[in-house]
Amino acid sequence: MQNVHSDLIAVIAGIGLVLAVASVVGFILQRRLSPDGGNATIENLNDRIRAWWVMAIVMSLALLGGRTGVIILFAICSFAALREFMTLTNASRADHRTLAAVFFIVLPAQYYLIWISWYGLYSIFIPVWVFLLLPIVSALSGETRNFLVRIAEIQWALMICVFCVSHVPALMNLRIPGFEGRMVLMIAWLVIVVQLSDVLQYVWGKLAGRHKIAPKLSPSKTVEGFVGGCLSATLIGMALSFMTPFNPWQAGLMGLVVTILGFLGGLVMSAIKRDRGVKDWGHTIAGHGGFIDRLDSVVFAAPIYFHLTRYFWNVG
Amino acid sequence: MTGLASWAITTFARLLTAVQPEWAGIDPTARRRRIYFANHVSHGDFVLIWSVLPPRARRRTRPVAGADYWRKGGLREFIGTDVFNSLLIERNREGAEDDPIAQMAAALDAGDSLIIFPEGTRNLTDAELLEFRSGIYRLALARPEVDLVPVWIENLNRVLPKGAVIPVPLMCKVIFGAPLRTSYGEGKDAFLSRARDALLALNPKQEG
Repeated sequence: MQNVHSDLIAVIAGIGLVLAVASVVGFILQRRLSPDGGNATIENLNDRIRAWWVMAIVMSLALLGGRTGVIILFAICSFAALREFMTLTNASRADHRTLAAVFFIVLPAQYYLIWISWYGLYSIFIPVWVFLLLPIVSALSGETRNFLVRIAEIQWALMICVFCVSHVPALMNLRIPGFEGRMVLMIAWLVIVVQLSDVLQYVWGKLAGRHKIAPKLSPSKTVEGFVGGCLSATLIGMALSFMTPFNPWQAGLMGLVVTILGFLGGLVMSAIKRDRGVKDWGHTIAGHGGFIDRLDSVVFAAPIYFHLTRYFWNVG
Repeated sequence: MTGLASWAITTFARLLTAVQPEWAGIDPTARRRRIYFANHVSHGDFVLIWSVLPPRARRRTRPVAGADYWRKGGLREFIGTDVFNSLLIERNREGAEDDPIAQMAAALDAGDSLIIFPEGTRNLTDAELLEFRSGIYRLALARPEVDLVPVWIENLNRVLPKGAVIPVPLMCKVIFGAPLRTSYGEGKDAFLSRARDALLALNPKQEG
């Protein structure tokens, strides 16, 4: 078994190299097509690349920090995502106590359960316990207007922003024979494949996009971008199968599953944004929007990736 | 100490609300005195405005606040007077030492900007915005050469609603509109409704 640290450093160096190439390309494009900063697409591209540097550095530090680093990073992501989601809901003054409980009790509790590796509780805590207990808090406020909408939105926000996101660090809890101590690499693989798929969908869409896939939801998504992005990210996932307990064809199948789920997750989250009349979930990541804009595909892919791995590779 | 306290308060406000400014009518970096007038929904209103101003402007921007609330001593007085350098005025005019308009005009003359809440009190109703008190009109007449900038604070009432002790994290925005001044011969009611409309026009949640 190779040293997990040297593998991780190699992966991080690889990401740095890809970003360096992207920065150079972005710089040349800017010089050629947008010397006065007038081309919005190029400026946005360069904003995105700069934000990618920050995200890659933060993610690398978390992975180097191992279990603790990953849990803390994704707890922070959950917090930021939940803050964005709750802003767009109908939660009213009457739900104030419920919201306080969501942010200051449910979110830390979920990550604590992952920290102590209690699978039997963290996998049902939000879907069962919180699902039943939280509406009681809202009901006791006595405000019935929009009641079902309000409690459904809060539960949905928790499922997306806390439950699903927490399945990324939960991967650290799986026990796979012959893969001990290497779970951070599996997390890195998921994040790399899903995020690359997003980027490659964007690139394929810009270069070859013809047929819009869901013009009402997301006018920039095309069939060509979807197919090209998912397939090329899957190929990269196969090439990186050394980071996982999968052999290359298993990594390919898993890559297809997570990239397709990531794409469809993006569509679902877009539908919510359209309904609420916003373009982005937030503004905190320059060029990308909010945390949910960046996390949406990981959100949909992570729990499925976790459970497929658990069914077929986990022991005990 | 006050520097640390102001850093702590603005950082806390940012963590909680990820507050984002929208400069829809003024250049924030221009070095000039201004009267910012905002909707008032919570005690944290001026903290948000303060947090999004460039640091240099921030040091010269004083919130105008009720002495009855902020002069109660302890931490509250430290925050109100030492950290934010508030201009405290007696809301209850009986026994007031100074004319509030004269106090505010003096601060402007000293080169400071002001943050005022023309509704006079926190809006704890379901109405978007209460009627304006006449103070803003009298201040505008007293210093007609100073720009009045409408500032809409979005969402903070949901972060800390009436009676709540624990704030919840939600994204907030602070929207700065185009400046206005009194025009020649404009009456009190005409000016107050013009200023109020200018502020309401910034609310992104307007119907219709």
